[in-house]
Amino acid sequence: MSDGKPRTLFDKIWAAHVVETLPDGTVLLYIDLHLTHEVTTPQAFDGLRLAGRKIRRPDLTLGVIDHNIATDASRYTGIVDDESRLQVETLERNAAEFGMPLIPLLDKRQGIVHVIGPELGRSLPGMTIVCGDSHTSTHGAMGALAFGIGTSEVEHVLATQTLLQKPARNMQVLVEGNLAIGCSGKDITLAIIGKIGTAGGTGHVIEYCGDTIRALDMSGRMTVSNMAIEGGARAGLIAPDETTFDYIRGRPMAPKGEALERAIAYWRSLPTDPGAHYDKIVKLNAHEIAPQVTWGTSPEDVLPITGIVPNPEEAANEARRAQLRRMVEYMGLTPGQRLTDLKIDVAFIGSCTNSRIEDIRAAAAIAKGRRVAEGVRAMVVPGSGLVKAQAEEEGLDRILREAGFEWREAGCSMCLGMNPDKLTPGQRSASTSNRNFEGRQGPGGRTHLLSPAMAAAAAIAGHLADVRDYQPTGSL
Amino acid sequence: MQAFTTLTGIAAPLPRANVDTDQIIPARFLKSIARTGFGRNLFANFRYNADGSEQPDFVLNQEPYRKAELLIAFENFGCGSSREHAPWALLDFGIRCVIAPDFADIFHNNSFKNGLLPIRLPREICEKLMDDAKLGGNARLTVDLERNVVVRPSGEEIPFAIDPFRRHCLLNGLDDIGQTMQHTSSIDSYEEKQRQAQPWLHAAENSL
Repeated sequence: MSDGKPRTLFDKIWAAHVVETLPDGTVLLYIDLHLTHEVTTPQAFDGLRLAGRKIRRPDLTLGVIDHNIATDASRYTGIVDDESRLQVETLERNAAEFGMPLIPLLDKRQGIVHVIGPELGRSLPGMTIVCGDSHTSTHGAMGALAFGIGTSEVEHVLATQTLLQKPARNMQVLVEGNLAIGCSGKDITLAIIGKIGTAGGTGHVIEYCGDTIRALDMSGRMTVSNMAIEGGARAGLIAPDETTFDYIRGRPMAPKGEALERAIAYWRSLPTDPGAHYDKIVKLNAHEIAPQVTWGTSPEDVLPITGIVPNPEEAANEARRAQLRRMVEYMGLTPGQRLTDLKIDVAFIGSCTNSRIEDIRAAAAIAKGRRVAEGVRAMVVPGSGLVKAQAEEEGLDRILREAGFEWREAGCSMCLGMNPDKLTPGQRSASTSNRNFEGRQGPGGRTHLLSPAMAAAAAIAGHLADVRDYQPTGSL
Repeated sequence: MQAFTTLTGIAAPLPRANVDTDQIIPARFLKSIARTGFGRNLFANFRYNADGSEQPDFVLNQEPYRKAELLIAFENFGCGSSREHAPWALLDFGIRCVIAPDFADIFHNNSFKNGLLPIRLPREICEKLMDDAKLGGNARLTVDLERNVVVRPSGEEIPFAIDPFRRHCLLNGLDDIGQTMQHTSSIDSYEEKQRQAQPWLHAAENSL
């Protein structure tokens, strides 16, 4: 299979999934796992129906409902919004008609598609994983080649279990050193995007390497890889290691016993060979990363929390000056203003970036014994029913509720403004999600991206705040 | 898929970088289960005021750009989500070609699958085309995919590069799935081989 040339993790997974190479170099790539949700599939199933096609491998396909549902108790009495209900019912009908496994809305395993894949042990190292959602890059933390696709490609995978692809280039992001106090995977991934820009990874798959990444737990790794797309890369990758294998052991849909040992033996062969070639290398020192927060309307417009709003007139060229002027205006900022002086209306802890149990623990640790500031709406939305149940078992929901946070049902919630959880025009949010685009959390909404601990600190302070000033008041 | 051969039409100037998919079609409009009808909400946050009235400053609310068939923009067009509703909204509005210095990968891919042609040209050329586009109805641009050129109103021809396979599919309006289905026996034998080498990928416990 290999001519002995050192290969990257990406090269190995890619080579293991080539079904056929077409004359022009396009590859027919086999897909091991296809995750689906209600928003990007209805038109794909319509296409199958029109052409009289079936799902080739329903057993390698898994559906879940996450994007457009409410995260309050209304889901138990039926979806209120007509269009949302139709979209959810369409997925249920398509799943039944085409034999696709689907986690029902009221099942305890329901949750955000990128949370449940790893959590159930369905996303595994060495796999190719796709989903009609750009944050599929999350699963790259498992050591899987995972990327977002459009609806036409969803239809293509349903029908053929393959995709037509051209190989990506290899990019290494090397993060070394100890992570500073108050920092997490979120601060690392924001700092990386700040450094490479939102198009820095275009055409590449990013492999995150270095001892800082190795020291992260799986949750932190997923947060890092989740935002690879915000750096322009379709996929992020982290080499599987003992942390990965320990995470997988015992998960309900993961291989077990001898099958698992055989799988682990294979997974150990996947990490990048010494001397393998990367087309692009970027290095960061972890100890130089301070808690990060975005100030503008692109994830690359990020600063340490100690920073000030930039002056657009100091930008290098007119195109950038115009862009920054627009951002400052949209975000309702004044150049020179301290970020910690920005009052917030909403704190949102959730999304496929930061809604796992570790994220909720981080928020609860800051919230414990404190109160959400007057006038701030603070919400915590667990990534899945299982995360919610575990948090309740640990008493985290009680700590958060006592501090004044809303404790909600699992879903995508306020990350994307397509369900009832939305900002109103002019509202400012401290959000653990992944995109601060204009209108992303609701028309006219102003989003500042940050970590769960930073979001909790902002909720308590009533303004963007330095989490290092809000250290835990006791153990959880 | 509608074939794309040549197109002559009005080009709308959108002199912005990082035009993201939430700008192209905000998520609250993604609830439709159809492929059509998204054009009304193309760039909705720019086109409409909160009360639903039109925002007259936005280019697509101005004549002759209400009938634009091309769009000229700057770097990293289509960044953000994987929603194919972005090319669907552009097409449903009537735009069949976007010209920019570069595109985000998923948007770029999605466009070809729907007969929307994304053309990459250097920034300085995009600036010239932006100036052409600002001239309005008297300055139509032509995109000739058979000859791989963009023709400016002055008659100047600007060549562009495009992946040959994607060009072939666009020119002929070909559907990928039908082509891939011709390789079914290769997929069968790949699966058999993988089942031996990595049996855990095909095991029964994978199912719900």
